[in-house]
Amino acid sequence: MKKDKKELTRREFLKKCAVSAPAVLLLAEAESIFAKNSPELSDHKEAHYFGMGIQIDKCIGCGRCVNACKLENSVPDEPFYFRTWVERYVVQVDNEVIVESPHGGGEGFPSNISEKGIARTFFVPKLCNHCANPPCVQVCPVGATFSTQDGVVLVDEDYCIGCRYCIQACPYGARYLNPFTKTADKCTFCYHRIKKGSNPACVEVCPTKARIFGEISLRSSPLTRFFRFNKVQVLKPYLNTEPRVYYANLDGEVR
Amino acid sequence: MKYKGKLFRASKEATGDLNAKVGKIPQQLKSLFVLFLVLISLFFLLRHFFTPDTFGKYGHYRAAAIDSIMSQPLRYAGAQLCMECHDDIYALKIESYHRDVSCEGCHGPAIAHTEDPSEFVPPAPRERGYCPLCHEYNPSRPTGFPQIDLTSHNPPKPCIDCHDPHDPKPPHTPEQCSACHAEIYRTKAVSHHAPLLCTRCHEAPEAHKDQPRMHLPSKPTSRTFCGECHAMEADSPKDIPRIMMSDHGIGYVCWQCHYPHYPEVR
Ligand code: HEC
Ligand code: HEC
Ligand code: HEC
Ligand code: HEC
Ligand code: HEC
Ligand code: HEC
Ligand code: HEC
Ligand code: HEC
Repeated sequence: MKKDKKELTRREFLKKCAVSAPAVLLLAEAESIFAKNSPELSDHKEAHYFGMGIQIDKCIGCGRCVNACKLENSVPDEPFYFRTWVERYVVQVDNEVIVESPHGGGEGFPSNISEKGIARTFFVPKLCNHCANPPCVQVCPVGATFSTQDGVVLVDEDYCIGCRYCIQACPYGARYLNPFTKTADKCTFCYHRIKKGSNPACVEVCPTKARIFGEISLRSSPLTRFFRFNKVQVLKPYLNTEPRVYYANLDGEVR
Repeated sequence: MKYKGKLFRASKEATGDLNAKVGKIPQQLKSLFVLFLVLISLFFLLRHFFTPDTFGKYGHYRAAAIDSIMSQPLRYAGAQLCMECHDDIYALKIESYHRDVSCEGCHGPAIAHTEDPSEFVPPAPRERGYCPLCHEYNPSRPTGFPQIDLTSHNPPKPCIDCHDPHDPKPPHTPEQCSACHAEIYRTKAVSHHAPLLCTRCHEAPEAHKDQPRMHLPSKPTSRTFCGECHAMEADSPKDIPRIMMSDHGIGYVCWQCHYPHYPEVR
């Protein structure tokens, strides 16, 4: 009898476990389903697919874009944090290439450049390329950086743990660690603006329309005109990152 | 035989009493099973509590992050908004050379001003230092962009003394090609072609200086053009170096080898 009773309790215990474990799971899941529905999330399902075009031979290197980006997005003022910046390339006749970007180009460029013969020289605005295959998203250990359905790569500031993997992984050097929030930061295509129908701040202030923003596959988009009239290139195509920032008249020396 | 009997009994039990079958599983496995169940439930419980609410709604990320990023306040209003109250300036500017230069590119972000013009008035860059950001001579700028030499262009007066920032027509049309082709001008000035006027080689209509892209000047088209001065038999000053047109660089136009604004021979 004693033995029987003992067997029974174990059986009982097992039964209880077998029943309660799924019950807990179910409860948990049920709760999370409710929880997921509760916060007011706006619908992000509209079919956007954003991209930017940059016409190198129109850029005058005034740095208004760098300046506007910093003001619009509260990018730290120190000279080495940028969401967008402008580089000057000087290709000399002996094929030496000089690249510089004092203060990201935000205060313009000195006009006195080297005395040696210049073969060609031009400005190259740069920013996050919002790749379709973003290496930075792949390496994020917590899912704090991600591609939205409209093709923009964003950083979840509240969820980022500041491990810097993504900064290392970006082949374009487009990310930096924000010294105040201690999280990764980079260009968002001014997500808060474009979803309200405005242009990104850099596009807004560009005086020569060197930057063009719009939908990639819409027939009636400024980008479509850009694609029709220009031969476009992306940066580092051999990495297969599939950038969404397209350059017209890009020089082979540009890295 | 004994073996067979045992098997038979097992199958009978299987179809019959499940409890009895469970009883057949070794004791240590049963304890482990319990342990696993507890651990797995614990995992799900913890995962439930540590995963943010909206994680995974659209993908491997917090859907709520999109909303918090979108809630970032705008600073730049956009030129369309300025038009509502400053339609006079807008109308002036949209026809001028500065049609593509945005209001807030010069006046700074001004959305606060559009909401309440008396609360915040955007500053205006009246000092001489601002315009050169775009207009100071810089060889890297594309040719045709109007540039000035800051040290010689009417110092030290502020630019707006002579140019209306919203309609920056020069007081009179620039006479010199160097106004917009400063790099070519400077290159040529130190070359062997320094004494040649631009108009010796380019026929530039007067309208080119007003609407440069609408009225493009001509460019030399043939070898004989350069031959006018450089051919052996050319009727030109004696000190000009001569070449045999019939065998020098045959098959090419001259400017495929000599940059006309800086004609080097090696
Ligand atoms: C709601 C109407 C309204 C809108 C929209 C508006 N403004 Fe104004 N703005 C005013 C008024 C009114 C004043 C005169 C304020 C004063 O003098 O106190 C003014 C004055 C100014 C001044 C004068 C500064 C000076 O030194 O005299 C500037 C510059 C200016 N606005 C720029 C802008 C820009 C740029 C925009 C677009 C982003 C804009 N405004 C949009 C109403 C508006
Ligand atoms: C190239 C730079 C530049 C751009 C672009 C520009 N402004 Fe100005 N703005 C100035 C400067 C410089 C002044 C000061 C003029 C003065 O004091 O004579 C000024 C003055 C003003 C004033 C006050 C004085 C006046 O003339 O009434 C207003 C209002 C103004 N701007 C609005 C605008 C608006 C609206 C736009 C866009 C449609 C715009 N500005 C674009 C440079 C600019
Ligand atoms: C953000 C850049 C930017 C700033 C700042 C700027 N400009 Fe301009 N400016 C331009 C552009 C772009 C053009 C048009 C050039 C073209 O037609 O190719 C232009 C054209 C001009 C022209 C016409 C030159 C010609 O004959 O073709 C003048 C004059 C001029 N600007 C004066 C000024 C003055 C004065 C200021 C300061 C109040 C100023 N600009 C500030 C971008 C700028
Ligand atoms: C004393 C009046 C005066 C002042 C001050 C002045 N300009 Fe001019 N600007 C002119 C005249 C006149 C022209 C017509 C072309 C010429 O004669 O060079 C001109 C032409 C220009 C052009 C067209 C290109 C060229 O070289 O012809 C630009 C760009 C320009 N000015 C920008 C500026 C800027 C930027 C400033 C301030 C740093 C400024 N100007 C200050 C009178 C002035
Ligand atoms: C108001 C500014 C301005 C002045 C002044 C000016 N140009 Fe130009 N020029 C331009 C622009 C803008 C272009 C177009 C550049 C481009 O499309 O890349 C151009 C293009 C040209 C071209 C190239 C045409 C082609 O088919 O590629 C020639 C040649 C030229 N200019 C010669 C001259 C000469 C010669 C003068 C003096 C008589 C002169 N320009 C004065 C602005 C100017
Ligand atoms: C000796 C004749 C000659 C003189 C003098 C000359 N050019 Fe040219 N230029 C040419 C030729 C030839 C080309 C075509 C070059 C080519 O297609 O490679 C050209 C092309 C150009 C172009 C368009 C291509 C480019 O390099 O951007 C511009 C703009 C231009 N010239 C402006 C000028 C100006 C401004 C001056 C005066 C400062 C000038 N040129 C003086 C012969 C000349
Ligand atoms: C109006 C007459 C004239 C025309 C047209 C002309 N040149 Fe010249 N060229 C000169 C003169 C003057 C020199 C300088 C001679 C000297 O250095 O004493 C020169 C020198 C040269 C040199 C020699 C430079 C050296 O290092 O010795 C070359 C190469 C040259 N020109 C090429 C051209 C080409 C190419 C063209 C056609 C696009 C051309 N020239 C059209 C007058 C002309
Ligand atoms: C295939 C390239 C090529 C072409 C095309 C060419 N040149 Fe040359 N040119 C050279 C080289 C290389 C030299 C220097 C070596 C030499 O003297 O042969 C030179 C030298 C010259 C010189 C200097 C001669 C001296 O005695 O100092 C002149 C002037 C000149 N070229 C004019 C022209 C003219 C005009 C044309 C067009 C009819 C032309 N070139 C076409 C390659 C070329």
